[in-house]
Amino acid sequence: MAWDRNQMAERAAAELDDGMYVNLGIGIPTLVANYVGDKDITLQSENGMLGMGPFPYAGDEDPDLINAGKQTITELNRTAYFDSSQSFGMIRGGKIAAAILGAMEVDEKGDLANWMIPGKLIKGMGGAMDLVAGVGRVIVVMDHTNKHGVSKLLKECTLPLTGKGVVDRIITNLGVLDVVDGGLKIVECADGVTEDELRAATEATIV
Amino acid sequence: MKKIYPNATAALDGLLHDGILMAAGGFGLCGIPELLIDAVVESGVKDLTIASNNCGVDGFGLGKLLDTHQIKKMMSSYVGENDEFMRQYLAEELEIEFNPQGTLAERMRAGGCGIPGFYTKTGVGTVIADGKEHKDFPTGENGAAETYIMEEGIFADLAIVKAWKADETGNLVFRKTARNFNPPAAMCGKTCVVEVEEIVPTGSLDPDKIHLPGIYVHRLIQGEHEKRIEQRTVRERS
Repeated sequence: MAWDRNQMAERAAAELDDGMYVNLGIGIPTLVANYVGDKDITLQSENGMLGMGPFPYAGDEDPDLINAGKQTITELNRTAYFDSSQSFGMIRGGKIAAAILGAMEVDEKGDLANWMIPGKLIKGMGGAMDLVAGVGRVIVVMDHTNKHGVSKLLKECTLPLTGKGVVDRIITNLGVLDVVDGGLKIVECADGVTEDELRAATEATIV
Repeated sequence: MKKIYPNATAALDGLLHDGILMAAGGFGLCGIPELLIDAVVESGVKDLTIASNNCGVDGFGLGKLLDTHQIKKMMSSYVGENDEFMRQYLAEELEIEFNPQGTLAERMRAGGCGIPGFYTKTGVGTVIADGKEHKDFPTGENGAAETYIMEEGIFADLAIVKAWKADETGNLVFRKTARNFNPPAAMCGKTCVVEVEEIVPTGSLDPDKIHLPGIYVHRLIQGEHEKRIEQRTVRERS
């Protein structure tokens, strides 16, 4: 037993408090928006929008209105638009309370790798390096192990970094861990997962 | 002060030279200067270095300039939507300088503001920081030192930009997320050429609602835009 994608997203949504301005990455982080419930959360899209709404109904798509994943979206009555330099000004300036994003690897010092694999095609880092360096809190949502069962929570990242010492909290299919002095600290285990199972699946030092 | 030109080719007359640095607005295919890109293709100018967040898609946007091998180097944050880009890059026919997205935007803004360099935390401890000046500032908790890297402003020879509306003096209004990189790209160009969907009479735009003042705009055209959607995503009506 462990959490599935939606349960991971639901757990990540519990990290968000009323009034927060938040940036959600692509993949499971996008699903977090489905679980914020009644909380007053404003989503930032780094291509220049605060107050991102849901996908449009068919026929209502507007080519001038997309999110950072280049998908058509809608605006809300609170929406504000701005240019890319101001958008990253609010990110770099620490105005965005939290970013929730995916990862290929995280290590016990809070280093994050999620933008390139040497030898494979390099597509670019987009806004990920700016986000992890600038926002108040970085929450990573990822599978605990790769498809061969090897831990993706490492002593030291092997892939080129997106940011150094930037991750605050990791939510995986097996549980929730915080980056603290000396390693990772278990915050909670996923439903049906024991602490021993979580430790066994983790290469990083658990303190 | 005559800024309005009859078409994109006329608006770019005398500005295109082999080897120039050109900044282009747009994010993905949203808010890209479609008409000016077509005119750059037709001009045959080559060895371009282009600062733009993306490089279009195969056969559209800046991707058209790849098909004709007019680009020498891209300064971008993400180029994943383009097979021809990858082919030329792997064949070493094309150089790429990856910039974190916010760093690229700020490099353009800085260049336009006469700022040759600035310090940022973005990319510290990554390959992006290799070879760049590092400096500590007391910005951490209780004045603790934090490390920053220096990034340089972009001073482009030419900027090509798309806006929604302009008045005859070049004051610009953008629409929704099509604003994106267009204002910083416009600002960093020694000469800035803008295409809009509509040129309205001077005096008909609310001066309090100008997104980019006409001082940044040297030449202006009006035209029809395809405005292609890259990822059409919809929800079901419940």
